[in-house]
Amino acid sequence: MLRWRRGIISGISVLLLSAAAYGQEISKEQIKGLDEQVQEVKSDVLGIAAELNQLEEKLLYPSNTQVAVFVSLAGGETFRLDSVEIQLDGQPVAHHLYTYKELEALRKGGVQRIYAGNARSGEHDLQVLVLGKTEGGSDFKKSGRFKVDKNVGPKIVEISLAAKDITLNDR
Amino acid sequence: MKRLSVLLTILLFSASPASAGTAAPKQLNDLHFGEALYHAFQGDWFDAISRLDAELVQHYGVDEPERDTLHYHVGQAKFDVGDFELAYRMHRRAGRAFTAVIEGNVEEPVRNEAIFRLARLYFQKDQPVNAQDAVESVRGAVPPEIRNDLDFLRAQIHMANGRFAEAVRILRDLQNAKGLEGFAAYNLGIALIKDGKELEGRQVLDRTGQINSKEELTLAIKDKANLVLGFKLFKEKNFEGAKLVLDRVRMNGPFSNRALLASGWADASKERFERALVPWSALVTREVTDAPVQEAMLTVPYAYGKLNVNSKAAVMYGSALEKFDTEVDRLEASIRSVREGHFLQALAREEMKQDADWVVKLRKLPQTPETYYLLDLMASHDFQESLKNYLDLEGLRRRLEVWERDLDAFEEIIEQRRAYYQPLLPAIDREFRRLDSQMRLRLEQRERIEQRLKAMLVVPRPDYLATAGERVIGERIALLERERTAGGTAGPGGVEARIRRLRGVLHWNIYTEYDRRFTEAYQHLRDLNREVDLLKGQYAAFVRTRQAATQSYEGYDDVIRRQRSLIGNAREKVGELMARQGQMLETMAVNELNARRERVAEFQTKARFTMADSYDRAIRTQTREMGE
Repeated sequence: MLRWRRGIISGISVLLLSAAAYGQEISKEQIKGLDEQVQEVKSDVLGIAAELNQLEEKLLYPSNTQVAVFVSLAGGETFRLDSVEIQLDGQPVAHHLYTYKELEALRKGGVQRIYAGNARSGEHDLQVLVLGKTEGGSDFKKSGRFKVDKNVGPKIVEISLAAKDITLNDR
Repeated sequence: MKRLSVLLTILLFSASPASAGTAAPKQLNDLHFGEALYHAFQGDWFDAISRLDAELVQHYGVDEPERDTLHYHVGQAKFDVGDFELAYRMHRRAGRAFTAVIEGNVEEPVRNEAIFRLARLYFQKDQPVNAQDAVESVRGAVPPEIRNDLDFLRAQIHMANGRFAEAVRILRDLQNAKGLEGFAAYNLGIALIKDGKELEGRQVLDRTGQINSKEELTLAIKDKANLVLGFKLFKEKNFEGAKLVLDRVRMNGPFSNRALLASGWADASKERFERALVPWSALVTREVTDAPVQEAMLTVPYAYGKLNVNSKAAVMYGSALEKFDTEVDRLEASIRSVREGHFLQALAREEMKQDADWVVKLRKLPQTPETYYLLDLMASHDFQESLKNYLDLEGLRRRLEVWERDLDAFEEIIEQRRAYYQPLLPAIDREFRRLDSQMRLRLEQRERIEQRLKAMLVVPRPDYLATAGERVIGERIALLERERTAGGTAGPGGVEARIRRLRGVLHWNIYTEYDRRFTEAYQHLRDLNREVDLLKGQYAAFVRTRQAATQSYEGYDDVIRRQRSLIGNAREKVGELMARQGQMLETMAVNELNARRERVAEFQTKARFTMADSYDRAIRTQTREMGE
């Protein structure tokens, strides 16, 4: 019994002082070598993404017709954003339901590109419909209507959402 | 709870507080930078890096970068891209990003912040000598917000390089540093002990084990200090002291199981088995996969045996044996399942990763023995890194698959555009050429008029502004004059005078109305200019649209072919790496599960032996009691 007890005590010391050790078949060098190759392929794929983004932009959203709509939350806003719908010239072009992570990202100051598309030069009607909940838990609905003047170059607008109002910043 | 414990254990692995993250600037001037942050704040590192890289490339490519909106954030963007790469476990690229800042023409605080990040990277990648070289190159002003973190990192690097006295000197100054509560003290205690100042080190650990805080990480490091100190005392057979310190460890912290086990042993070592039963009995109700819990399943009946409650001890050994049997079966099923490849399939389940607690939920899924121990495996740094790499590779695989389909769609779009535009364009071009020549002619005419009007400002030419009617009359008068001169005869009386009068009237009108006509001519030219501007606008719009029509389907073939080839190669490479990484994960999992099975099997043997022993004792006691 004493031997068994000693065994248990030495077991405790192992538990207390060391992290779990995995199989000896896998060396640190193997792990490191594979990790470096994973890093390389990540780099390759990021390179592809960059070229593909350029191709996509040129093919789908040429600069002379490009329109991009970004959504941001005004600083210090505490209402819960559930969804945003964007209509361009009366046509719904984007509708987004927000996850917790997305909402947190907006609250921290991130900006979401909610729509990328094409429009002719000239004046366009942009409507924004926001649904959510106030801090108190009651339903929250807000809409805004704006005129967007599209010129020859790409058009970028920012929709800034606040409990009081929706504002459009022409960039 | 279990998840929290594992996460805290992981965080405490290096006994340092969480590394600093990025934050959005107070005034965001560049929406694309804000978009990169939006992805980063969600832990979507690939998209964050991709967006920010593109923004930086574009920024460096413009003729006047100071007029680009990223100019306001470029300093932060350069750091952020390194941080995002680090978070995406692209350490080499992150290192290059920080080195680029260090070697760039930047101010001292910016350079020092980059050095700090690079040193932290080396330290995290287990390269303490490189980390030491890096921190030693810090010169001059350091941004105030990283001053304490830099010093703490310095101390950790010194410790990793065995320079404990230097670490002690730095850590002493950090004892009241905000954000390092507990961490600076714990590391100071360890550094002192390693530097041979055992007594002072223990005193510091003792103080660390009693600090007040509401921060979860600080409380966890406080537990760790108590555990380390408690076990030191235990090894020296100072069971009273050990018990006192071990009982400070929180019951719900990441180290509670080990503390409860050791606390029980501290009592048992002093033959106080009733008291030992208190922590052990609390321990046996916990998660059976945890090694201290398994051990407690033997120590509880052991204590009862010592208290001569042999029948209860025997029953409890029997119960432990049953649980060990179940555990061995589950471990064997898990090993089998891992070997059959189910483990990797389970890890790649996309729907699970939508949930922050996906690792915990995998355990609860029925019929998934392969993932039951995943949470426990996650406690190992190597396993965790390998798992993250595997999941990243799976993410890349999915992306590449989608991109390949995107290329198919792009080709279809291009073909449809070609089919639409190509038959239309020749007729449009013909009509355009006709209108273009007409337009050029009119523009030349306008140009001549403008030049003539400008010349008339210097040398007035009223005749240029004669009306069409006046010109006709002028011509007819001239004709009459020529006829009279050619005939050599005088006409009826007064004809000559009448001709002269007519010419005089004509001349009078042209010259007296010159100023008004000249003003009108200028107004007309201005009107014409407006029309010409409109025309030029329409012309430019047409040329752009015409160019866009061609560009919408021409010039993509090579790019798409190249992309297809790159994607194909990357898919192949990702597939190969996934197989290797997956195999590594499986091996790690099987090794760990085998080690657990062996340990549980050992406990099984002990339980069997001691159960039989306890039954013997119980029977002997019963027989003796009956005999009496």
